[in-house]
Amino acid sequence: MTAPPVKPEPRSWTALVRGRAVAALPPDKLLPDTQPVYVASWIYVFGVLTIAALLAVLASGGILALEGPAWYHTSVVGHFANSLHLWSVELFFFFMVVHLWGKFFMAAWRGKRALTWITGALAFVGSVGTAFTGYLVQTNFDSQWISTQAKDGLNSVGFGAWFNVMNTGQMLLWHVLLLPLVLGVLVVLHVLLVRRHGVVPPFDAGDGSAANEAIDAVASR
Amino acid sequence: MTLTASRRPAASRPSKASRRAEGQPWRGPTRPYDLVKEFVIATVVVGMLVVALAALFGSPDEKALTLQGWAKAAPADFVTTTVTELDGSSPTAGYGPPYNHAAGGQQLGPLPLARWIGGYRIPVDTAADFVLNPLSQLPATPPLTAALQQWRAASSTQQQNWATAYDTAIGKAPDSDPAKAAAGDYGPVPALANAELSLAQAGGLDGALGRNAGFYASDYTLSLLFLQDGSYLADTSATQHLSGNQWGMMNETGSFPGQAWLWLYTFWYQISPFNHSGNGDALVWAVMAVLVLAFTFVPFLPGIRSLPRRLGVHRLIWRDWYSRNT
Repeated sequence: MTAPPVKPEPRSWTALVRGRAVAALPPDKLLPDTQPVYVASWIYVFGVLTIAALLAVLASGGILALEGPAWYHTSVVGHFANSLHLWSVELFFFFMVVHLWGKFFMAAWRGKRALTWITGALAFVGSVGTAFTGYLVQTNFDSQWISTQAKDGLNSVGFGAWFNVMNTGQMLLWHVLLLPLVLGVLVVLHVLLVRRHGVVPPFDAGDGSAANEAIDAVASR
Repeated sequence: MTLTASRRPAASRPSKASRRAEGQPWRGPTRPYDLVKEFVIATVVVGMLVVALAALFGSPDEKALTLQGWAKAAPADFVTTTVTELDGSSPTAGYGPPYNHAAGGQQLGPLPLARWIGGYRIPVDTAADFVLNPLSQLPATPPLTAALQQWRAASSTQQQNWATAYDTAIGKAPDSDPAKAAAGDYGPVPALANAELSLAQAGGLDGALGRNAGFYASDYTLSLLFLQDGSYLADTSATQHLSGNQWGMMNETGSFPGQAWLWLYTFWYQISPFNHSGNGDALVWAVMAVLVLAFTFVPFLPGIRSLPRRLGVHRLIWRDWYSRNT
């Protein structure tokens, strides 16, 4: 004998969240296997390249974190991991800037997509801050110079008292925990918003109905 | 196939209906698109690219300077800096918030943000923190004990007079070499400065300046401020093309790419009034804050948000679409 199915509690928070999440992003919208025909340019690849480079940044940073901030000074393997981290960051920014310009030229905020642009812009700014703290915790001459120079800008508006770039321990924790956490949330939010609202259509394409009608008209001749 | 979806030139103002339709789910023609496959290929390609670049070019790792290395390589600069910490004429001694009350800090117009937001959370007494406290931790020797006692017993005016007189004498000495300074009434200052030099040359000062040191240390504020007060750090950075007028922070040691994404922030420091104003840093931060806000809220900025339509680069991006729909 099998137990009768339990009816979900109508006021269950879990059911409410699941219902809203599925309504906002049903599986075929979250992971669609088709795209509008206009999604046919190399510029679209730079979004996914940025995410791929971010994964490389996280992976190489994770390797460095295994042995601590000073490891790469004395280990060949550590130095190579540091090189992986440097170049993945350089590629990450390159891809992200191309992606950003592409989206600007498309005016990708059109059609209720402003929040998608805003989360992307904040992710860019957050990435600059995260990379900056990375340069501060290299524990070499470069970090000595950058920290002593950067403190003046931060102190001039009072931030340096709270975000002390010469406190290596503080900067290390910002670099490996706080800023990546914020950046991770922004990136996930950005990608979910892209999936929810879809890729912005070309100017004057509307929702594509007219194109469909035109196709039908051509087919019926 | 020739479609006729577009009804108006892309440079003209879009109708309300057209703008509303842009926010609707796409009802037009679609094509197969394998997102997961694209992601996997991108990850593999980027991974291979990263490994290739790392293997080909590596990464820079210029050794950190040490106070010991500074004291050995440029003892005259080291001693001079020590004296300026005692007489209060070093950059740190006269900095203001968040380190001390010697200056008001930079202002943004009438707003003293440095004081309001930062306050004095990182107090630094250059004479005590950089010189007297480290020397007090040394094993007592009669000359050092006498010098410290003489300094502490004197009034602050007397201390200032001794240190300033010695600082001036060094400035007038050949090559600004403390060893060639004329004789004078400098009190215990030369003895203290030389003891500091000996301590640093032996490697003891590097550890002694660790803030909250105890057994573990992770805060290098004092060491870095002291290092920056001398010329040694700036001279070394100039040889690495890292000075402020060389686009400083965005560069990396050697020939490696640095933080190119800081070009706009660094740019302001190259031009007037930012490069000579006493509030230059605060002004740069204000300009960057405005620009970052503008960048974030481009969708709501009249004129800027219409720019892409007028520039026409979208015609290149969507050339297939427009070739079939115009």
